[in-house]
Parts: sequence; C-alpha cells; structure tokens
Amino acid sequence: MFAAQFRRDWLCLLRAADEAVNPLVFLFVTVALFGIGFGGAPERLAEMAPGVIWALVLLANLLSLEALFRRDYEDGSLEQFVLLAHPQFAAVLGKVAVHWCASGLAMTALAPAAALMLNLPLWVVPKLMLCLLLGTPALSLIGAVGAALTLGLRNGGGLLPLLVLPLQLPVLVFGVSAVLDEAAGLGAAAQVYWLAAISMLAVTFAPFAIGAALRVAVEQS
Amino acid sequence: MNRPLLALKEVACFRGGRRLFDGVSLALDAGECVEVRGANGSGKSTLLRTVAGLFPNYLGVVEAAPCSYLGHKNAVTALLSPLDNLRFYQRRRAGSAADALAQVGLGDVLQQPCGRLSEGQRRRVALARLLLGGQPLWLLDEPLTALDDAGRALVRRLAAAHCARGGAVLCATHQALARSARRLRLGL
Repeated sequence: MFAAQFRRDWLCLLRAADEAVNPLVFLFVTVALFGIGFGGAPERLAEMAPGVIWALVLLANLLSLEALFRRDYEDGSLEQFVLLAHPQFAAVLGKVAVHWCASGLAMTALAPAAALMLNLPLWVVPKLMLCLLLGTPALSLIGAVGAALTLGLRNGGGLLPLLVLPLQLPVLVFGVSAVLDEAAGLGAAAQVYWLAAISMLAVTFAPFAIGAALRVAVEQS
Repeated sequence: MNRPLLALKEVACFRGGRRLFDGVSLALDAGECVEVRGANGSGKSTLLRTVAGLFPNYLGVVEAAPCSYLGHKNAVTALLSPLDNLRFYQRRRAGSAADALAQVGLGDVLQQPCGRLSEGQRRRVALARLLLGGQPLWLLDEPLTALDDAGRALVRRLAAAHCARGGAVLCATHQALARSARRLRLGL
C-alpha cells in the first residue's frame, strides 16, 4: 500500500513539478534576501545563519503543506482513499513521504548553497545537512496533521501556521542549537539524537492522526 | 440462505440538525438493483454515503458487504492518465486496468492526462474503477450525469452485468437504470 500510494503521488508530483518547485524557490530567494540585507556584516550573518536557514525551511515547508491534500479533496480521490486505503497507516506514510521528498529532502540538498550565501563556515555544512535530513520528516508529518485538520475549512490556509508552527518549534530549537554547537567546536550529538527521536515519534504516531483527520474532513463534506 | 448484501433497518440521517429522512429499511440480495428516488435534497446522496461508511451522523442499523462507491466527484486525478489513475485501484484478483478502460470505451485515450478529457470521459474512468474493485455491492450516486446516450446505455449494461454476476447495485438516480429495478422513495 505504501508503494502504491507513493508511486501514484510521485507521478502527480512529477506532472505538477512547477508547484513543487515553488517552496524551494521561496527558500532560495529569501535566503538570498538575508544575504543581501546583511551584506555589510558577514560575521554577524554567519552567527545568524543557522536560525535563518531553519526558520526559512519551516516557512517553505509550510507553503507546500496547504496543497498536500487539497487536490485529492477536491476531485474526490480522498473519499476513495478513506474507503479503500488499507492499511491506512502505510498509505498515509506513502503520501507524506512523497511530500517530504519534494520539500525536506530537496531542501537538504539545497542547504550547502544556502550556507554559502549566508557565510556559514563550510565545515559545519555536513552537520547542518544531517540535522535537516533528520528533522524535516517531523516537519512534514506534523504539518500534514495540520493540513488534514484544516482541509474542510474555507480559510484553512490562515489557520494552518497557527496550528502547526508551535508544534514544529522543538525541531527548530534542536536544529539551530546543533549547528551553533558544531560551529563552536562542541559537537552536537545530543541534538542530532533528539531530532532523530522527534522524527521517529512523528513517524509512529502522526499517520494515525492524519488518517483520522482525513476521515473527518471527508465525512464533513 | 445467504445474508443480503445490504441490510438497512430503520435508518434515519441527520444533517445540520435537520432530519433528512427516517424509517428507511431495505434488504438488497445478490442480483438485485434498487433505485433510490426522491427530490433534490431528499437525502439520496447521504443515504449512499451512509452505506459506504462516509457519513457518521445516522441512527439505525446498516450492514453492508464490501462496496465500491461512485460519488458525485469522480475521484479521477486530472494530472494522471486514465491508466495511472486506475492502476492505483487495481487489486490482484480483479481484471487489468487496460481491460476495464477498454470496456468503458476509453481504449484510445489510455495515456492522456485526465485533465484533458471531457467530463463524460472522466465519468467513464470512474466507472472503470468499479469494474476493478471486484466488490459485490456497487453504490452509484447519479451515475448517468455527464454521459452521452451511449454512456448511459453503458452504465445500464454494466449494472445489469454486475447483477447477473451475483452483485448488487444501489443507485441514486432521476432516470430509470434498469427495467427490473425496485425503487426506494425518499422524502414522501
């Protein structure tokens, strides 16, 4: 079921690649804006870089979340999903996995470029990428819960950040502190383990919440 | 003998604090086709959604065999071709997606994105999904909309063939689906 769902959504993603690229372009452009805005003080920029990158990753991720279930909701595919997807846990994971590939994984791949633009020391970049790799699955999964909950609402897009960002805060905190500690030469094993733990928890529990929220959205329509 | 594929006992549905209908009882055996008739807003779609398990706000007893639901929305993704749309619903024992699409007359647009097809053609893709599911009970919500004459004849043929195979059809419609069909009236 995971594979079937992943394959279907992956094909959809490829056919609508322009939509999927938007959040990445957003990340790139906003990072460049910070770089230009702090052009006069590259040392201060380097200090702020981890926070800037993580905050922008959160926002870019948020941008792509609203569309996660929207199309399926509108064309009725979500009704069939609720009825036919067994086990639902696997199907939900397949759907979110595709979203993660397009957002979290792609942003991880973009991280070196962002680090370069923000004057982050290059030897910190591997740790930054590792943290993004471990932290972004949690962002996608927690975000998907919010996206599913706000699906039936007319102005769900406005509610989504309020619902999701506070829950994603731990990822931001550990992600930023890991990169800062690494840059200070302290090592960042603890934060990396924390990020991995948060993502594992999200993988284990979020699909149930997402499935239940999707069912409610379909039943209310 | 066998249990009916669908048994409704004194079912009442509520929407927005309003009672849509109550006291609906029905037993649907293998090979039977029942048309749900009633004015707009009388609760035909809600009854079908209740049977499918998509509507929780009801009283009474609903016992249904595994069913395929064809709603107002086609559940056809505009981005994907008919073939890719259906492959997702393909289960092992049922026939192949290409065969099902050929049966509903879409053999020559297998690879086009569904967004470029007409509304009627998308409806036909949704009909092909019923053939793939291999479920004994079909729930059709106004299956004749958007279809041309040949398409409507096709739906009648598919429903008759499904009943002949030992399936059952519950269909909300304003036009007759089968001559032998029983009728269930809502909102008298």
